[in-house]
Amino acid sequence: METKKTCLHSRHTSLGASMSPFAGYDMPIEYAGLDAEHTAVRTCCGVFDVSHMGEVDIKGPDALRFVNHIFTNDASTLADGQCAYGMMTRADGGTVDDLLVYRRSAGDFILVINASNTAKDIEWIRQCSPGFDVEISDRCADFGQLAVQGPDSEKTMREVLGIDCSGLGFYYFTTLPDLTIVSRTGYTGEDGFEVYAAPGKIVDMWDRLMAAGVAPCGLGCRDTLRFEAGLPLYGDELDDDITPIEAGLGMFVKLDKEGGFIGRDALARQKVEGPKRKLVGLEIDSPATARHGFEVLDMNGAVVGHITTGYNSISVGKNIAMAFVDAPYAALGSELQVKIRRKTAPAKVIKKRFYTPNYKK
Amino acid sequence: MKIYYLPSHEYIKVDGSVGFIGVSEYAAKQLGAVTYVDMPDEGDDVEAGEEFGAIESRKAASDLYSPVSGEVIGVNEDLADDPKLINNAPLDTWIIKVDISDPSELDSLMDQEAYDKYLATL
Repeated sequence: METKKTCLHSRHTSLGASMSPFAGYDMPIEYAGLDAEHTAVRTCCGVFDVSHMGEVDIKGPDALRFVNHIFTNDASTLADGQCAYGMMTRADGGTVDDLLVYRRSAGDFILVINASNTAKDIEWIRQCSPGFDVEISDRCADFGQLAVQGPDSEKTMREVLGIDCSGLGFYYFTTLPDLTIVSRTGYTGEDGFEVYAAPGKIVDMWDRLMAAGVAPCGLGCRDTLRFEAGLPLYGDELDDDITPIEAGLGMFVKLDKEGGFIGRDALARQKVEGPKRKLVGLEIDSPATARHGFEVLDMNGAVVGHITTGYNSISVGKNIAMAFVDAPYAALGSELQVKIRRKTAPAKVIKKRFYTPNYKK
Repeated sequence: MKIYYLPSHEYIKVDGSVGFIGVSEYAAKQLGAVTYVDMPDEGDDVEAGEEFGAIESRKAASDLYSPVSGEVIGVNEDLADDPKLINNAPLDTWIIKVDISDPSELDSLMDQEAYDKYLATL
């Protein structure tokens, strides 16, 4: 398959970014360096090209009923102009994708999905749609997307892009006269905004942000930032065979909402019975980093889980990881070990929100 | 000291029967800031082309491959305190010191000129 390029590809290469394939796109991993970019987002502001993300419109008389049928969270309690995070699950509770649902009105929604899953998701959404009077439109090519993230984001939006977001609450969005969509959302654990617009407008905004000296940030620090904030990445903490309950995302699963949703019964059962494995945070007593796929052992050396993401954390200052472990080992304070190549290192279960987010609520 | 390279960017500087193994300038730049170097113990045997440790940056861990076979007769303890030495001066920062058991293995490695040509193709 040919590697796709976002509308900002030439900007990344001219900035000297190190580029790497991600989800079918040639994406920037870092520019000035992962640590500096991570710190920019934690302390002031950085901008990410996230144009690879997918957008799907759901419109029609049954739009609300349909979105709620495929979405674990409850779109009926959203105000127009509000968004919600949640998952699409299969009948067995496995996660098709995690996504943001934007409600323009009860008859008009935008779903923002992971780039790695766009084809699978759109097929899934269409498969689920018989019996609902809805129009499903793939809008992936119509939108570029920027994420402006960090404590100075509101100021940057106003001063550089001329967009006043002071009245925009956390997980609300607005549509500007030129149809640009701005939401107070993100994937970093900081205050920030996600901006959806036609590719030409996205390029123009990017250029203005660069001219103003806002730090360009790559997927490298996008991963370290979301990891520290305990946010899952599809492919690491979620996949077709992982349920939101196992991943500790039960607060985004509304088992009791009217009409239910696909996967509801399996997830309700799992919640009552308790999942066999759980996603936990681990603090690792080693200078080496436990990375995706490394084994987690009990104190006798038996394998009881595996690492999903691990870093020598910039904001926390030590080696930490998220891991799936068998339920009996998931309690806070549990003593475990992690196999890092030929050696084992002591590890302790801690909260997986390693860094306390600074959201403006 | 003569220097040889592997395509995976490890170098060996040879002083008689002793080889000093590290990573090239190119590798150090590609890795970014090094956070940890996972090294074997003194007395371990390493084998030509086989993994002997790993070098970690924030982003990833990269396996280290030995250019030659032999016994590890020293590990660079300075790297435990300051792994960024590898970024600052990769060619002066050896990772392990090896007693080379079969000097003929050096013949299959790239010398400086061959390595420079190889880098130009990347």
